Amino acid sequence: MAKNPEFGNRNTVPNSFSQTFTMLKYSFLEYIRSRRFFVLLIIAVAVGAILTGVMGYFRPQGSFASPLAFYSDWWGESGTFMIILSAIFFGGDAISGEFQNKTGYFIVGNPIRRSAIYVGKWLAALTASLAILAVFALMTIGNGVYYFGASGLPYQFVESLLFSVLYMVSALGLTFFFSAMFKSSTVAILTTVILLLFVFSLVQTLVAGLAHVQPWFIITYGAQIIGNVLMNPYPSPVTTRGFTSASGGGTGGLALTTYNATIPQGITILLVYFAVTIIAGLVMFERKEFT
Amino acid sequence: MTGHTLQAANLSKEYGHFTALSKLNLKLEGSKCIGFLGPNGAGKTTTLKIFTDMIRPTSGEAFINGINVHFDKKKALASVGTLIETPEIYGSLTAREALSMIAEIKGIPKSVVKKSILKVIERVKMKEWLDKKIKNMSKGMKQRINIAAAILGNPDVIILDEPTSGLDPRGMSEVRSIIKDLKRENRLIFMSSHLLSEVSEICDEVAMIDHGKLLAYGPIGEVVSKFSHDGAGEVEVSVLRPVGAAVLKRIRGIGGVGSVKRVDGRTFTVRTSGGIKEQEALLSRLVKMKIGVIGFKPSSSALEETYLSVFKETV
Repeated sequence: MAKNPEFGNRNTVPNSFSQTFTMLKYSFLEYIRSRRFFVLLIIAVAVGAILTGVMGYFRPQGSFASPLAFYSDWWGESGTFMIILSAIFFGGDAISGEFQNKTGYFIVGNPIRRSAIYVGKWLAALTASLAILAVFALMTIGNGVYYFGASGLPYQFVESLLFSVLYMVSALGLTFFFSAMFKSSTVAILTTVILLLFVFSLVQTLVAGLAHVQPWFIITYGAQIIGNVLMNPYPSPVTTRGFTSASGGGTGGLALTTYNATIPQGITILLVYFAVTIIAGLVMFERKEFT
Repeated sequence: MTGHTLQAANLSKEYGHFTALSKLNLKLEGSKCIGFLGPNGAGKTTTLKIFTDMIRPTSGEAFINGINVHFDKKKALASVGTLIETPEIYGSLTAREALSMIAEIKGIPKSVVKKSILKVIERVKMKEWLDKKIKNMSKGMKQRINIAAAILGNPDVIILDEPTSGLDPRGMSEVRSIIKDLKRENRLIFMSSHLLSEVSEICDEVAMIDHGKLLAYGPIGEVVSKFSHDGAGEVEVSVLRPVGAAVLKRIRGIGGVGSVKRVDGRTFTVRTSGGIKEQEALLSRLVKMKIGVIGFKPSSSALEETYLSVFKETV
């Protein structure tokens, strides 16, 4: 057998853990130098700046009633929005792009398992997404500290941040799953956008409001704990509101039920979503062919 | 002879009702370059993709150095360089970073990574682009980086799918020169190409495939001889000094020589009966004639004739 000084022997191929780290390192470099990273950074800063302006100019009474109310109004909705955007931006075409743009052809033909590529890219997307989320969180905290001081930072906000990280983990698992399902980046991105921004919310409203079924199977339902934990008291798990007809008749009115995931329920939903989608996505990527 | 091997054992691949490969059996062994020829859709790229685990066979197995690619991909590809189609590289990375990524994946020791990258980047003549981003490079430049990535770490086995695709004539010539150098460095090179002159120039052997079936495999001279109408082979001979009519007449007189045609002052083709052994004997006689033989290779026109003969039924 020919001696090959650059290999030494064939057993020197690194283990999959090292190769995952290699993929993480270079995929992250690719992410942070990409235009999409800067676009998302600009969006995060712009949303933060708009909220800063609105809060500073209008000083809504409800928001300034307590530090918790302030963080709830600021972070409750917009934090979730930033998570969804990051998941779409960094996960939407992460795997489908390897097929469509043929970047996979540069890597897959080497002595590396596809799982190392998948997990490495997922970790890179998570790191880039957390960087964006950190910028937005710092703007939130900056405003909170400005109005209420450092001591006004409620522990619930820290909890909400942790749940946000968990939602990010879960949402990226989901976007990677769809990215592994389709070879077309456009289809993969559109699917995740439609699902995360519209379909899940709509189904959640319909299932809970009209069918009176707890939507425990929807990721956005589990993610409600990010905002709910900032409310005092924590919203009741089930509330039903009855609507009567305009003539005042008491019968035949519409009843709308609202469900709120408890913290254990929310954590469970997000963890299960992550586990199922990351495994399913990985299996699909392993089987998908570069044709 | 070294132990480098590539083996397809009953390899089949079907896409629905379309059969891309049909029980392909092929064993390549040693240090040489094998050209993989066939019309579009013949199954060339499918075969190479199975060897690099980009697709899975419907049935059969692919082995590299005796290791099943699909059972132990990392071990099978541990000392293999691949270039399939025209890969894209992450655009925001520089050439150095892209090659470092491949070096880390291949497990090239950190102490020699820098030197190895410099060596391959010089080989593909892209040194001045080493720290430039991939997205700013032309298609041809990217293909050079792809070739650099394939030969990074001095792999024992090299699998190339139309390596000169997208390159300008100068680039093509340089890549051919790189492959010839690699061949001399004790490598097994399996290369698909549509350029018969390229295969004729670089390769020692040729495998011809169509409709997923192997139609011919062997040294170019033998395959040419086997498929020629009169069982003859043709070689192209280059000499140092211009040869006159008298010399050509003497060559015609050598046993087994059918015809001699002048290509230009220093090149002529000789048609011989028989296969590789007869060609070896001819070379020996030409050397003894002291006419300054500097090149002796199967004629590309003969390979073209063979190709057209083998694939005449194919649209």
